[in-house]
Amino acid sequence: MALLELKQVTKVYQVGTVAVHALRGIDLMVEKNEYVSVMGPSGSGKSTLMNVIGCLDTPTSGTYILDGKTVHDDRIEQSSVGKLSDDDLAFVRNQKIGFVFQTFNLLPRITALHNVELPLIYAGIHKKDRLDMAKEALRKVNLEDRMHHQPNELSGGQRQRVAIARALVNNPSIILADEPTGNLDSKTSREIMQLMDHLHDEGNTIILVTHETDIAQHAHRVVHFLDGLIASDEFTPKGKG
Amino acid sequence: MNLHEVLTSSLDSIRQNKLRSFLTLLGVVIGMFSIIGVMTAINVLQKSVESNLNVLGTNTFFIQKYPAVQMGGGTHWKYRNRKNLTYADYLQLKDRFSGPATITAENWHSGDPIKFEDKRTKNSVGIRGVTPEWEFSSGYFLQSGRMITRNDLEQMRNVIILGQDVVDVLMPQYNPVGQTVTIRGVKFKVIGTLERKGSIFGQSEDHVVIIPLTTHLKMFASRWTSLGYAIAVMDMERFEEVQEEIVFHLRLIRSVPLTEENDFEVVSNTSLIDTFNQVTGAIKMAALLISSIALIAAGIGIMNIMLVSVTERTREIGIRKSMGARKRDIMNQFLLESLVLTEMGALIGIVLGILAGNLVAVSMDVSGVFPVQWAIIGVVMCSVIGVVFGTYPAVKAAKLDPIEALRYE
Repeated sequence: MALLELKQVTKVYQVGTVAVHALRGIDLMVEKNEYVSVMGPSGSGKSTLMNVIGCLDTPTSGTYILDGKTVHDDRIEQSSVGKLSDDDLAFVRNQKIGFVFQTFNLLPRITALHNVELPLIYAGIHKKDRLDMAKEALRKVNLEDRMHHQPNELSGGQRQRVAIARALVNNPSIILADEPTGNLDSKTSREIMQLMDHLHDEGNTIILVTHETDIAQHAHRVVHFLDGLIASDEFTPKGKG
Repeated sequence: MNLHEVLTSSLDSIRQNKLRSFLTLLGVVIGMFSIIGVMTAINVLQKSVESNLNVLGTNTFFIQKYPAVQMGGGTHWKYRNRKNLTYADYLQLKDRFSGPATITAENWHSGDPIKFEDKRTKNSVGIRGVTPEWEFSSGYFLQSGRMITRNDLEQMRNVIILGQDVVDVLMPQYNPVGQTVTIRGVKFKVIGTLERKGSIFGQSEDHVVIIPLTTHLKMFASRWTSLGYAIAVMDMERFEEVQEEIVFHLRLIRSVPLTEENDFEVVSNTSLIDTFNQVTGAIKMAALLISSIALIAAGIGIMNIMLVSVTERTREIGIRKSMGARKRDIMNQFLLESLVLTEMGALIGIVLGILAGNLVAVSMDVSGVFPVQWAIIGVVMCSVIGVVFGTYPAVKAAKLDPIEALRYE
């Protein structure tokens, strides 16, 4: 069974009197330990897809099953089963998703360590275990020596590594990275992508949104989006090999 | 997310906006300061009044035409239209009553100085006409000479007993007994002096002279003259009983119909304290009302600042939500923040209020008080304010859409 399964997922936004069809019926399966890039021009629906996969948003129709958990299924009438509540979605985000954002999205006035702790706080993990887990995650991204620094004392690359540590700390089913190198120079971008590759090698499942072809080539599979539909879905040379 | 975490993050955010938090606190501080200040001051006054009233003698109660303190408008006529308490009533009452108490009748006059040789007292000297029983109900003691006797009373003698302030002014170097003083040109023979009694509420009790009631009435009585009766009860166990009996007889003497209420006032230490408590109760209510308005204004200030804070931290809320914060986590965070703000304000206000209230204690030379009860009420009020005015911003924060919030610049 696939780790992630989307069936005929649509998303319609109402902007004023106009209905915007951001997703027009997406079918997508991602297996455990896959490394998938999502590409496409802006407005093609890739951000909407990420929001749906990340449980920040729910589909208008269709079925979404994540790690055996039905997030959305409009074939099921009972709302308690077919459609998760806001708090249930928060729980899924907390347990199964690790976000990496283009703008890092660290809380500004707390230390790197505390930032990494954040998902564990909401998971209700005890303070002592939490600290150990957060330190371990920072060690994985080679930032243990900077853990008591606040974000404004870190470079862009370091900030993104803190964000990656934060995404990892809960041991999520999927890491969702939305343009993770968009705000970084090419050297730092390479370092971050090496880190992503390494995380994949360690068994993590990664979905990466990008519009840079060379970044996309780090993945084993590239999905192209156009006008709310999947235009192509193919393996990269890495994936074939 | 446990309480400790939420508390830490609330304190962090308050610390990060020190000036703003302080200004927001100020409203709560002022509200609490006024409540606790007034309540402390009143408690101090109450203590002082209770200890001072004991000077009057706990075994004595008074019958008079007017109540000790009149409250509210429009009631004055009710008292004014009452029949005066007369000497004749007094004599009848004494005749009928046979309980374990002495009954004194007394009249008070001021406005005429006491003169001796070329010296005179102030016009404000109290001239008291009394019956011989006064000795037992007054709380005064003779220093020299003798008391007013039945003969003095019956024969309307012009005899006088001087208080120490009067002796000091008129004849410090003489033995007063046997001297002659004049009031309104009438000669009085000094038959005694009173021991110094001191002052009550800052007013000297020794600026007074005593003459027989009959003489007093002859000189000073007018159609408005109403006597006061002082009843000194010998057996404290029977205080209530004596009071009931006196009231019963007096109603008969003054032919008050059964269905009417008394046409005179019974004043005792307890009733004085009751009256005082009524007055302070009214002040307390007013203070509470005004402070509540101040606290509501402070609450609106807090709501305002929390709304600003929610807007400023929209992105933070988005981040927290994407990390798995539930609605109630966000809500608790902001609610606790406004609660912490109000409680800090409450604590500062309580401390300042108690200090200010106890300044009254220092100035009145009585021991300080700590109004625990009001401190608790204050803290509860502030909590309510914090929750009531913190809820809307907190709900607003909790309801933010995570996608919108993450996109917020």
